[in-house]
Amino acid sequence: MIDFLTQQAAAHAEILITLAKIIILLFVVLTVNAYLTWFERKVVAHIQSRWGPHRVGPHGLLQPLADGLKFLFKEDPTPAGVDKFVYYLAPLLALALALTSIAVIPFGPNPLHFKGHDIYLGITDLNIGVLALFAITALGVYGVALAGWSSNSKYPLLGGLRSSAQMVSYELALTMSVVGVLLMAGSFSLREIIDGQATAHGLFGWGGIFRWNIFAGPFPQILGFLCFFIAAVAETNRVPFDLPEAESELVAGFHTEYASFKFAMFFIAEYTSMITVSCLCSILFFGGWLSPFPASWTFTHYLPSVLLIPFGLWVIWDGMRYETIFGKLILPGVGAVITALGAAFLLFPAVNEFIQGPFWLLSKIFVFLFVYVWMRGTLPRFRYDQLMSFGWKLLLPVSLANVVLTASALLWSNR
Amino acid sequence: MNAPLIIFFVLAAMCVIGAISLILQRHPIHSALSLIVVMVALAGLYLLMGAEFVAAVQIIVYGGAIMVLFVFVIMLLNAGLEERTNFSKLAGFAGVPLAVALTGLLAAAVARSQDTVQAATQTGATAPTKALANLLFQDFVYPFELTSFLILVAILGAIVLAAPRGES
Repeated sequence: MIDFLTQQAAAHAEILITLAKIIILLFVVLTVNAYLTWFERKVVAHIQSRWGPHRVGPHGLLQPLADGLKFLFKEDPTPAGVDKFVYYLAPLLALALALTSIAVIPFGPNPLHFKGHDIYLGITDLNIGVLALFAITALGVYGVALAGWSSNSKYPLLGGLRSSAQMVSYELALTMSVVGVLLMAGSFSLREIIDGQATAHGLFGWGGIFRWNIFAGPFPQILGFLCFFIAAVAETNRVPFDLPEAESELVAGFHTEYASFKFAMFFIAEYTSMITVSCLCSILFFGGWLSPFPASWTFTHYLPSVLLIPFGLWVIWDGMRYETIFGKLILPGVGAVITALGAAFLLFPAVNEFIQGPFWLLSKIFVFLFVYVWMRGTLPRFRYDQLMSFGWKLLLPVSLANVVLTASALLWSNR
Repeated sequence: MNAPLIIFFVLAAMCVIGAISLILQRHPIHSALSLIVVMVALAGLYLLMGAEFVAAVQIIVYGGAIMVLFVFVIMLLNAGLEERTNFSKLAGFAGVPLAVALTGLLAAAVARSQDTVQAATQTGATAPTKALANLLFQDFVYPFELTSFLILVAILGAIVLAAPRGES
């Protein structure tokens, strides 16, 4: 009886921990989403020799907050003749599926110890992590397609049609390009795929970065990565594959008839899937939380502090000379927090050890998010026939060839 | 009443309600959406039985690829509300008794079965991915490859039938 009770208590604690993790992750992801819009506008603006948002808050840092309030308080008209149920379902579906996919991403190798519980970073670790992600992505099409259909308007319908055709075409290449990695890892679990890259046979027998799937033997997955990234960009409907919302042809494409928070939900879904794709790229091809340096280079463990402390000090200095009172108050505060974090990583060895994995994973994710924004700032949009022939005649054959070559290399090296 | 059993009944209810709604809805898109609900709920049932791989593939292939094509075609043809025809005579004479007979058969089978309702979460116990792969690509590799060849032939046949004749 007592055994049973303690078991029940343990089960309840597990559920509570998972709930807490979900809430924290949702909060973090939504905040990152908001600041991703700020980041994107800033970077694209600088690419185009503009300033970007700089009026609301210091350096425009409160712009996402203002945007969010605007989304909340805008009028939300429902156009005449829409299919009410599907019209309301579509943004919900898009957002829910995009947020669900984050749940299978592991963010660090070591668990936190808290009152006898091992709390891993990441909500759940599935045996079929990669497959589950693809399953969620496969359902993600419906958000866009149904939004286009239910709006009872020409442009959204065309956008919805385009997106479903595009996603079906690119999903094949997306799935095939990962098979190489799966063959090398021998597992669907994201955690095991990363662990496999820690001990893989590196290029020329070197360690660190050369053990990641993109360089590692027996067959470096460079082709696979290129196919995966291109197909993933197409799956997330981002430039240069944003034909479903091509504003020069389709007004705003599938979300033309959506306003206010329903529009924001599509927006959040798009940015969340950008984050998911960046996570997947880093995990599948770039070693996840593994450091790019060989394990013997322990001095690289101070890199987070070396980056954070100067950045924090710069933010404090920048805040001191800022024009507005608000900036003078906020920026030094943020800078002080960043500096304190950097100092904490430096002073406590346990914290330093724990932070290595998440630090590298987040840095890689950040790099991929930057590439996304960079592409948006520099690349023109595909024409529709180009999009289709590119997907079917180039990406799919190349990813198939990658599968065959990887399998042969594995056979040849007798693994 | 433990948690897996509750989840089982929720998923089963989703399946049944989705299937009924699939027949009763008048708009093709709504029918397709109901079918997607059925597919996803079925995947959930597979997951409950510990067949992770089958569940994921169920969603990827049926919920994703096939149903997206359905929705795509319905959108492309811009199909409207379907018209209801009267109950055909054949359905009245043969269909209703057959349906009653089938329901009775199923009910009898369930009633006679000695097993209690099983809905235990066995992670990867029923069909672990590795064992499944060994079955498909080792033990049953020839039937498996022959089936895929058959499907390929069917696809080619469809292309040949649909291709315009005369001009190449």
